[in-house]
Amino acid sequence: MMQVTLSVNHREHTRQIEPRVLLVNYLRDEIGMTGTHWGCDTSNCGMCVVLMDGEPVKSCTVLAASAAGHEITTVEGLERDGVLDPVQQGFHEEHGLQCGFCTPGMMLTARALLDANPDPTDDEIREAISGQICRCTGYATIVRSIRWAAEHSTQTVGD
Amino acid sequence: MTSVASTEERPIGFGRLKRKEDARFIRGLGQYVDDVQLPGMLYGAILRSPVAHARILSIDASAALQHPKVHAVITGQDLQARSLAWMPTLSHDVQPVLATDKVRFQGQEVAFVIADDHYSARDALELIHVDYETLPPVVNARRAMDSDAPVIRDDLEGQADNHIFDWEAGDRAAADAVFGAAEVVISEEMLYPRVHPAPMETLGAVADYKRVSGKLTLWSTSQAPHAHRTIYALLIGLPEHKIRVISPDIGGGFGNKVGIYPGYLCAIVGSMRLGRPVKWREDRSENLMSTSFARDYVMRGSIAASRAGKIQGIRVEVIADHGAFNTAAQPSRYPAGFFHVFTGSYDVGAAHCAVRGVYTNKAPGGVAYACSFRVTEAVYLVERLVDMLAHDLDLDPAELRLANFIQPEQFPYQSKTGWVYDSGDYEPTMRKALALAGYGELRREQAEKRVRGELMGIGLSFFTEAVGAGPRKHMDIFGFGMADGVELRIHPTGAAVLGLSVQTQGQGHETTFAQIIAEELGIPPEDVDVVHGDTDNTPFGLGTYGSRSTPVSGAATALVARKTREKARIVASAMLEVAPDDLEWEKGRWFVKGDPEIGATIQEIAMAAHGPLELPDGVESGLDSDTIYSPPNLTFPFGAYVCVVDVDPGTGAVKVRRFIAVDDCGVRINPMVVEGQIHGGLTDGVGMALMELIAFDEEGNCLGGSLMDYLIPTAVEVPDWETDFTVTPSPHHPLGAKGIGEAATVGSPPAIVNAIVDALKPYGVRHMDMPCTPGRVWDAMQGKAAPPQ
Repeated sequence: MMQVTLSVNHREHTRQIEPRVLLVNYLRDEIGMTGTHWGCDTSNCGMCVVLMDGEPVKSCTVLAASAAGHEITTVEGLERDGVLDPVQQGFHEEHGLQCGFCTPGMMLTARALLDANPDPTDDEIREAISGQICRCTGYATIVRSIRWAAEHSTQTVGD
Repeated sequence: MTSVASTEERPIGFGRLKRKEDARFIRGLGQYVDDVQLPGMLYGAILRSPVAHARILSIDASAALQHPKVHAVITGQDLQARSLAWMPTLSHDVQPVLATDKVRFQGQEVAFVIADDHYSARDALELIHVDYETLPPVVNARRAMDSDAPVIRDDLEGQADNHIFDWEAGDRAAADAVFGAAEVVISEEMLYPRVHPAPMETLGAVADYKRVSGKLTLWSTSQAPHAHRTIYALLIGLPEHKIRVISPDIGGGFGNKVGIYPGYLCAIVGSMRLGRPVKWREDRSENLMSTSFARDYVMRGSIAASRAGKIQGIRVEVIADHGAFNTAAQPSRYPAGFFHVFTGSYDVGAAHCAVRGVYTNKAPGGVAYACSFRVTEAVYLVERLVDMLAHDLDLDPAELRLANFIQPEQFPYQSKTGWVYDSGDYEPTMRKALALAGYGELRREQAEKRVRGELMGIGLSFFTEAVGAGPRKHMDIFGFGMADGVELRIHPTGAAVLGLSVQTQGQGHETTFAQIIAEELGIPPEDVDVVHGDTDNTPFGLGTYGSRSTPVSGAATALVARKTREKARIVASAMLEVAPDDLEWEKGRWFVKGDPEIGATIQEIAMAAHGPLELPDGVESGLDSDTIYSPPNLTFPFGAYVCVVDVDPGTGAVKVRRFIAVDDCGVRINPMVVEGQIHGGLTDGVGMALMELIAFDEEGNCLGGSLMDYLIPTAVEVPDWETDFTVTPSPHHPLGAKGIGEAATVGSPPAIVNAIVDALKPYGVRHMDMPCTPGRVWDAMQGKAAPPQ
């Protein structure tokens, strides 16, 4: 067992864990943040995407221990002071989700994309989310959702 | 409770309304089965067979039991003591919960370990030793009935081969006569390969049995919680009121979550044995290798026509691979599902199909992946045959289809295989799709490109779907008639709670069913809470699959709202002191005929209905209603699809450049949600046509057991969908609506394959089986097209 302290959404959590525990399991099982999902074991599906220092990572492929010292952002950290991130609002406006299972990972990748490229083309959006699978939407509405967020990036939005 | 005006942004009734359920999902607050955490919860994991066919000689779990974090290991022997080693399937067969005698497919459930945590449970699986005596497997369904084929199901008394059923529809003699006299007959063997629904959330359950109350609560990934509850009661022997099944948020279903799986029962048995909650969640390989696959139909189809292109008959022989156990979830009377809708959208003189179901040493299942009970296979068959006919007669495939459509005045249309299509007007839908595509211009572009050696293909499909099972008296699953209940409670302030037997796996029921109440009663959708997926709080019904929520429970919801509306009329008449017949309804309000200023809103009526108001003798207070709806017929949505592909002549890689979909699902409750359903189905179609395949090697090893091997389309493999619609209401549905959940999955694969074959015309290609991967397209270009398995 080892002690691991992680900063998740700007809050520190310390747990005694086995060294092999994956970041996705630390988030879900150790600190109860179940918004990050698990989907495949092989880094193909992207259900488990979180941001590590602002960059999307598949948390099923990151050991929790190796995430120490980095700032982790999960879906639970997107809303700030009761105000939705434009990406969250965009997914609602443009029907970018159906079952909601891939949505946290998709939104976090979108957040990272827009931070680096505030005005992406549709092709750039598709490329950015191409490591993640959505079985419900057919992607077109996800692309529109992210574009909505890009177009409303400075505007504060409510539910 | 404020009455708000209906606007385009906020319709009180039908229209584009953003979804209520989004609020929790965009915050990561959805609650899926794996998110359920209970005090003292233990974790289960399943040991699975590494081989396709073997006799179990011994199972030694002693080392696993010594693992400090392991609480129990359950084997088939243990279950046998409770008569639970085998369980009935939804197709009148049996399947093992945990194997006792033999394993019959790779990935079959052999033992269940319960430990303190998920990691330890997995560790302990490595400590169980099973001795297997391997047996020769049956992998190819075409060889399953060979006289020397090993008998897979020696557990069944009197079973001397791998035969499951023979089933026919249509008129064989009439079809023979038509084919004997036809000027043109075209035949082809097509494989609709084995694919998998692969929802992003795999299967899972949390069982919590309380010894004191004797009550079992089961959270599970179930598309049919009520049916599951009853089956558990019959199986385990618990009284049914002591079982509560909860389907919380479901991360996609697509038919994968209709059946009862061994893992659910293992979690239940584990919790009952240990008196603690037990969670089981499968990994991705377990999902792909052991849970309900889809398709796997070998179809020898023929079409008869005149030289001028009048289609006269269609017939087909099918070998249906159901895997090691017949677990297909479909109405009992239809072992091939609704496959016999294969005459499609065409008015043919005669038709016949013969379907033979066989066992193989592969995972069980067959009816899943948004297939509409095998309409998928049927539509693929007929739309490929029609394209081959156009090819051989050198006719334009659009013109050929237009010339053979069932005509609007023929509806309700009695098909040659026994269906009665409720409504249809096919030509306008087809012409709309062709216009949207710019069909003539596309053909000109293709001709120019062919001169330059570029491979561009244009593919069409026109499909007729069959969705919304029952009627109850003709259709049952496991003896449960396919009818669904709803309960509507109107609180005194006029806010409403609607309880449904169907439940969403992403389709948006919490929004669209509130819109039906809003349309019928004028209660704003935000004042209607839709409750679903919890058997203690909702009425009995068969659940959500086969695109049946809107056709069945949507109808039930409209009718229950109308019951409440009529009750409200009586209350309003007492309030306003006029006769009920003197009242007239406008959305949300009863008013006095000829004096519209005098009336009462539904909210005012609700309050009065719970007040001291004197009501006529025999009229109870309140506005609550319930009903159970058995549809008089299926609904038959349809659509016209056009696909444009470019094939790289150097690599065989296919790019879907454009996809035009014009769907007719009757009246649309929420067009945004309908479009979303179509987009998802089109993407499934790209997956099946281009990349998805569960293949096996000669030893029965599954070659599609992870998402590294089982490929699913991402955002860069699909185009920006171009959609439009026509509206032909269903005459028997109270709202005129038809189901839409699976139309695009059904209709898109033939459009894509037709486009690819069209692109390869210069190479003399007339047919190739899915999936059209670059390598397989390349082989087809070299004249070596072959089935993928």
